[in-house]
Amino acid sequence: MRPRRSIPLTLITALALIYSLLPLVWLLISATKTQEGLFGSFGLWFSGDFAFFGNIADVFAYHDGIFGRWLLNTLLYVVAGAGGATLLAALAGYGLAKFDFAGRRAVFAVVLGGVAVPPTALAVPIFLMFAKMGLTDTPWAVIIPTLASPFGLYLMWTYSRDAVPDEILESARIDGAGEFTTFFSLAVPLLAPGLVTVLLFNTVMTWNNFFLPLIMLKDADLFPLTLGLYSWNEQGTTAGGDVVFDLVITGSLLTIVPLIVAFLLLQRYWQSGLAAGSVKQ
Amino acid sequence: MLITRRRAILGAALSFTLLAAGCGGDSADEPAATTVSQDDVQAALDAGGTLTVWAWEPTLKQVVADFQTTYPKVKINLVNSGTGNDAYTALQNAIQAGSGVPDVAQIEYYALPQFALGKAVTDLNTFGAASLDGTFTPGTWNAVHSGAAVYGLPMDSGPMALFYNKDVFDKHQLGVPATWEEYTTAAEKLHRADPKAYITADSGDAGFTTSMIWQAGGKPYTVNGTDVGIDFADAGTSKFTAQWQKLIDGKLLNPVAGWSDGWYAGLADGTIASLVIGAWMPANLESGVKAGNGKWRVAPMPQWESGGKATAENGGSSITIPEKAANKALAYAFLKYATVDKGAQTRVDNGAFPASTKQLNAPEFLNKEFPYFGGQKVNEVLAASAGQVVPGWSYLPFQVYANNVFNDTAGKAYLGQGTLQDGLKSWQDASVKYGQEQGFTVK
Repeated sequence: MRPRRSIPLTLITALALIYSLLPLVWLLISATKTQEGLFGSFGLWFSGDFAFFGNIADVFAYHDGIFGRWLLNTLLYVVAGAGGATLLAALAGYGLAKFDFAGRRAVFAVVLGGVAVPPTALAVPIFLMFAKMGLTDTPWAVIIPTLASPFGLYLMWTYSRDAVPDEILESARIDGAGEFTTFFSLAVPLLAPGLVTVLLFNTVMTWNNFFLPLIMLKDADLFPLTLGLYSWNEQGTTAGGDVVFDLVITGSLLTIVPLIVAFLLLQRYWQSGLAAGSVKQ
Repeated sequence: MLITRRRAILGAALSFTLLAAGCGGDSADEPAATTVSQDDVQAALDAGGTLTVWAWEPTLKQVVADFQTTYPKVKINLVNSGTGNDAYTALQNAIQAGSGVPDVAQIEYYALPQFALGKAVTDLNTFGAASLDGTFTPGTWNAVHSGAAVYGLPMDSGPMALFYNKDVFDKHQLGVPATWEEYTTAAEKLHRADPKAYITADSGDAGFTTSMIWQAGGKPYTVNGTDVGIDFADAGTSKFTAQWQKLIDGKLLNPVAGWSDGWYAGLADGTIASLVIGAWMPANLESGVKAGNGKWRVAPMPQWESGGKATAENGGSSITIPEKAANKALAYAFLKYATVDKGAQTRVDNGAFPASTKQLNAPEFLNKEFPYFGGQKVNEVLAASAGQVVPGWSYLPFQVYANNVFNDTAGKAYLGQGTLQDGLKSWQDASVKYGQEQGFTVK
């Protein structure tokens, strides 16, 4: 049956769409303006000169091209941090779902508790701990805390429970496969949609991570994009500082592009992941 | 999004301001004996080594480069540790953790007492800094002192002046106000003539408010070791609140937040016609308000009595050596180079406003014409202001915290919730409460 169209619902959705796209449109338009243009013109329409490409070139040229370095740093943190976090979450979630061992409920309770603690609250204690270990102001200070993803673990636990039938595992064990072989060659393909969801989730978290690097890092050469752009923005509040709002805006636009691409590429896996387990065979 | 982040940072800053201030003492009265001689400092320079410097002041980059050329054995790692709260949180964190502490740290005057009282920074009398008396303007030299101890060397200063947009003033036939009363009259006239234009922007700024009270002769803070008095009921404070309340009531202040993009936009399009602000402002106008090129001028700060000559400091910072720094002798060599010796001149040449009297009184400094200000010799006005700073001001040993809660207390007056005087009272209450919690004797 064709679902009935509801005019109020359509309207609400349209409003929500505009509401969520408006900042993006603003960002896109603002990135085409010079700093004077930003100050002197209406935010949601173009002003005189089209400086988009000039701005992009400036972003990559400013301060000896440090923006490119920040981009690579962010990529490193995402690949090592979010990638590692996803792998660990998958292993642990699968383990919790498919193996019965003493203390399983306790581990699970700790993980659920971990979901409730905001990462921001942990940043300072982690800093003090890392300082003792001499790890602050190194890439490890950002990567290691990122590896712990209680929410990802929880998602993988629920997902493994439903997506990997015990029968398959039993038959694999009867055939003599080791546990790691079973996991990587049998479970992982079944878990793929869930893995992609968690990966996407961790990627966004790591890409946007701000507070942890702010606390941990001092060396601008190690900054991720978020912290780098923040430091550019803060220049405007410093006596004698160089005011570069045009670069902050264009840099922000460039910063979200890879995320949008990742979303579009991984979206279909993600959608199939959302529906999995909703119907019991 | 940035606002919430900022909040988060403030939160973290709050929980750490107490660490430096917590373990107070009144030992600052006796000068520390000189234990490190000039020869020791020279020996450190000859031996070389690595220094980590946390500072945001942009002209230091050149100073560091020159220093390394002069002393090739010294390698300086200059880190822009962010400004204000971020920087102090990071510094407190590092000091508390005891690792990753820089050898040199830039600290603004308003935050210095907090680090000094907690003995987080070195008393430079160990290096004979007392002999530098007279090298710096009295206001900045006072700002780095706690009793006889010297906790930093003044790097830049912010004696206040009136920066105004001459185009806007001329267009509406406004004279340059010499007193605060004239300033208020000009504010009314301007806003009546052009409802979009305001004499200035103020949505509640702790630094500006304390500077204004300072100029009016108010002394709300009295500090004697861990005995702290906070009183916003004195005559100087009421002078300021009575006058400023008129601007608030008449809705004559542009409500845009300072240092935001909207603020820069207002300065560019003339809807913020003037600023009473520190002497470091020219560089910010030149880089952030390009549209104002040729339009702005500088005049002496408006006075409370006609014919008066009183000013205050707004902003400005020192460079210090954290107590846990690894190579203090070398760090002191750098401090002295950057504030007294060649570096001071380099910084002035690159646009910084000096705290050292030699640079401040140099003819080439005073006679420099600023094209941005229509060729005006801006430094003459600013240097004169530096000599007229009202003496005897002190900040709280937990001023970073106090400034953080300004907008939640006194700032409400700008939203029409109560008067400014009431707001300052609640700011006082919040500060007293916090100070007591930190172990200060606060009255």
